[in-house]
Amino acid sequence: MTIEDLERSAEQIRASDLIDIESGQISREIFVDDRIHKMELENLFPRAWLFVGHASQVPNAGDFFSSWMGSDPVLMTRDDKGEVFVLLNSCRHRGMRVSRYDEGNTMQFTCPYHAWSYSIDGSLVDVPGDLHGVPHMKSAYQGMLDKAKWGLVRCPRVHNYKGLIFATWDPEAPDFEEYAGEFHWWLDNLTDAFDGTEGETEVFRGVMKWRIKSNWKFVSENFLGDTYHGASTHASVEAVGIGPGGRGKRRHGERQNQGGFSKGRMKTSFRLGHGASDNLAYELPYPEFAEPELTEYFDAAWAKRAEKLRAEGRPLGGRGPATMFPNMSFSAGFPRTILVAHPISATETEVWRWFIVDKSAPDHVREWLRQYYMRYAGPGGMTEQDDMENWDYATQASTGVVARRFPYNYQQGLGREQLSELPGAVHSDHAIAGEVNARAFYRRWSEFVDNLDWPELTRRASVDDRVDAIIGREAAEA
Amino acid sequence: MTATQEGTTEMTSPTPMERMALHYEISDFLFREADLLDERRYTEWLDLLADDYQYSVPMRMNVKYDDVARLEQTREGAEVCWFDEPKDTVEMRVTQLETGVHWAEEPVSRVSHLVTNIRLDEISLPEVEVSCRFLVYRNRVADETDFLVGRRRDRLRRVGDDWQVCRRTLLLDQSVLLAKNLSIFV
Repeated sequence: MTIEDLERSAEQIRASDLIDIESGQISREIFVDDRIHKMELENLFPRAWLFVGHASQVPNAGDFFSSWMGSDPVLMTRDDKGEVFVLLNSCRHRGMRVSRYDEGNTMQFTCPYHAWSYSIDGSLVDVPGDLHGVPHMKSAYQGMLDKAKWGLVRCPRVHNYKGLIFATWDPEAPDFEEYAGEFHWWLDNLTDAFDGTEGETEVFRGVMKWRIKSNWKFVSENFLGDTYHGASTHASVEAVGIGPGGRGKRRHGERQNQGGFSKGRMKTSFRLGHGASDNLAYELPYPEFAEPELTEYFDAAWAKRAEKLRAEGRPLGGRGPATMFPNMSFSAGFPRTILVAHPISATETEVWRWFIVDKSAPDHVREWLRQYYMRYAGPGGMTEQDDMENWDYATQASTGVVARRFPYNYQQGLGREQLSELPGAVHSDHAIAGEVNARAFYRRWSEFVDNLDWPELTRRASVDDRVDAIIGREAAEA
Repeated sequence: MTATQEGTTEMTSPTPMERMALHYEISDFLFREADLLDERRYTEWLDLLADDYQYSVPMRMNVKYDDVARLEQTREGAEVCWFDEPKDTVEMRVTQLETGVHWAEEPVSRVSHLVTNIRLDEISLPEVEVSCRFLVYRNRVADETDFLVGRRRDRLRRVGDDWQVCRRTLLLDQSVLLAKNLSIFV
């Protein structure tokens, strides 16, 4: 085989060939192969809407937070007019990262290499991120350097959804609302206060960041709707009882009369790739706490929320865990937290976790939640520790030449999907074991990775062929 | 006779010999405690923690020079830390480690706690404020190896003939944690 043959065969890799949704089989190559990873970085991450950070991390003019969008470092900034921007964190002259700080406050990013400086002060430049100062401007460039053309690369599309800052590099991408679709109900529960007050949440200071030797999709898939792993993976933490009810009670704080974590908890799978491990009809009241005053506080919040949402005709369910395509996962209940799986390589991921709290939460509620979040989630969290063991060693044991020949099995609930009242969505037929969400996620994933254009991506998502299949199946059964 | 054996009186100006004796005794205590952890003798180890024990590992951030004192680490008691918890939560972790189905530590990791640079910062018996450096080495399965290194402050309390740890704060020298998890006590 010649180099040309190799290159030609490399060009012929199609993600859709590695995904067999009909039979519920997915090739291991998509979790370990470097070429697939490169296709993801080129075709998926620069085109999808990605979660960058929370607006409460940059409350004041000049505040910035350093983040990543796929393979690119970015700065989330707030200008003197209060608007949030996302800028590529790389000098236009020689590419140096203009800021290596995780967060801070400045009205100007000055590159250490040659001191090109970029202002986010609207009184000095037209648009935040524009080039402001260039050493030897007159003598080296005869004053001819077009500063307006050489500002920090600005992300063209930024959307603030109740404090969640999303961005995409693709000017052709649909609006955020269209990208999220009906999945927004889960984002609402994430961002609205526990008493239903819209958008009245913020993040605790301190984003957990850690490296794992796993493909990023293991992380997205885990929160997308994989409740099947809980009983085995999290047996040890469940035996301890770290939740609101104290020792011997469930870690998520379900009340005993709720029938546990699973009853009625059919999953919701969106043709757009998003997925949630529950549904909007599944109303899970706030927990009963070991401390009566906390139960009282949350009971009052639940009552206020239920009254408000019912009056507005809004559903009470939808707390996740859930994943918004491609790599933002979250839980909107207990705990309430956002995760992003940043791709580093095919077999390495940097995981970030933010923790959400009501702006109006009294000190004792805030402190209880903070401690609960830390003992639950993140690398020190008694739940999440065991997830990383799985993701890392699943990745490792899938890299072998022989292992790669054998696909993973995604056949749970195959051909047994259920209709949903939500357009563009179906449900699993089983509360715990259902892989319909993952099948839809990887189908959407392959459409992006194969670089289908936006008209085609939009067309494919506009008709959920799974709905027709369910109707056909039900007619045949009748 | 050393001042420590005199019990509750404040050692306002210990003699060099008294200080050396106390330093030796406390060092030996910390080494013994590390041995108990590394040998996974958790029940005995928990006995060395006071009931009001507080375990904190703030997160570290890259911030500007001028902001280091104020913002370089997350605040215990208010912001997100790797750990910031009372003894009760530490006991939960021990319970989890002893289930035999805690997959992050099954098979168990090989762990060595190295404690060094020990200094007695403040002696006000029955309590002593100790600063030291830690190097926690973990190896598990085959090639999975973590080095957790940083500064540590312990507040020890004289209880009978022995000591107990009542406050432990560790500053890990990493901003992005390079270990996949913290399923061991740092």
